[in-house]
Amino acid sequence: MHSHGGNGLLSLDTMLGLAVLGVASLYLAGTVVTRRRGRPWRRMRTASWLLGVGTIGVVMIGPLAVAAHESFPAHMLGHLLAGMVAPLFLVAGTPVTLALRALDSRQARVLSRLLRSRPARTVAHPVTAAIINVGSLWLLYRTPLAEVMFSSAFVHSLITVHFVLAGYLFVASLVGQDPNPHRASFPVRAGALVAALAGHSILAKYLVAHPPSGTTAAEAEVGGMLMYYGGDIADAVLIIVLCLQWYRAAGKRLTPVTARLADG
Amino acid sequence: MASTHSAVPPPERVAARDARSAQNAWSGVLFGVGLIAFCDEAVFHQLLHWHHFYDRSTPDVGLVSDGVFHAISWFATIAGLFLFADLRRRGALSPLRWWGGVLVGAGAFQLYDGTIQHKVLGLHQIRYVPNLLVYDLIWNITAALMLAAGIIVLVYTRRRAPSAK
Repeated sequence: MHSHGGNGLLSLDTMLGLAVLGVASLYLAGTVVTRRRGRPWRRMRTASWLLGVGTIGVVMIGPLAVAAHESFPAHMLGHLLAGMVAPLFLVAGTPVTLALRALDSRQARVLSRLLRSRPARTVAHPVTAAIINVGSLWLLYRTPLAEVMFSSAFVHSLITVHFVLAGYLFVASLVGQDPNPHRASFPVRAGALVAALAGHSILAKYLVAHPPSGTTAAEAEVGGMLMYYGGDIADAVLIIVLCLQWYRAAGKRLTPVTARLADG
Repeated sequence: MASTHSAVPPPERVAARDARSAQNAWSGVLFGVGLIAFCDEAVFHQLLHWHHFYDRSTPDVGLVSDGVFHAISWFATIAGLFLFADLRRRGALSPLRWWGGVLVGAGAFQLYDGTIQHKVLGLHQIRYVPNLLVYDLIWNITAALMLAAGIIVLVYTRRRAPSAK
């Protein structure tokens, strides 16, 4: 048995719950400061951030978290929610924009210098982000790390946090609306997305063929199919948003002549 | 709206189509790849259950090819439709040329699936029956016909602009 709850004041669930509340509160505090300064903040962004944080909470605390230690399909559902669904909501919450507005000008300058630094730019590049994202999945499921994760609630939580961060990095590098003076071109972003999607699909079927250590063949088949088709749905959202951004950018370059033709 | 379907298109529209000749073809090809991959998944995997998600004999190289083409087709479906919307908004859509592209994309992908993936790489078969050859022939001949028809349409509708030479 893997205890996930416990009764102590400092049980894992309590700490995770506090962390999730902390991340939500920090964002809300940012919106309060921003509005007090007379700058607007869209409610949709706040709602999106809270949905993202809530999704992480569902994965890390409660029945799904307990099930995820026992069954590979439940773990895979957790991976999809934490690594693919939650990041979509979190990125739409544009936390960097909020921080830049809420911080005082000196702190904001430090933050933006930090984000423009070479290491930050390298990590936030779509190709790097895709490698970190899909590479760590291969590492996790193809090494004894999988067994360690299933035997320790703490390691499982750490890996879930890693899923969220790696997913955030990847989604932000592709379709993030936060300020990014070095955004990669559309073909590079599209290529990184297709490559990551391929790596994810290959791994899903590979796991059915070669179940991770400590997983039965039947569990691996259900988990692999969930990973394959669930990943498709999350990636379809990413592809649509990426293409929509291209469509809008191309629309801004339309000349009046072509606009008139389209009406005719 | 009526003028869109008039027999003789205005010269501006012809110019817009010619300028976007390649985009018309590519939008069709991408959508065709996605369409045939979607039919494969929906009809042969989910409805008929002829194809298997993973059959125990598929080698790893087959899984790599499957994953790569799955990703490409998923992206192509959506990107092809956005390119289509872009052509419409520019008044540069050439429906015939677009359909030619769809046939080329669908035919090429099905031919690759039927020859390289099913036969060479040993990814699942079309159907697990004794007379597999009949299924393989119908599959690949259909693919070749679509590809040939698509190429003919693309050649027939290619840009006749004097600037080419």
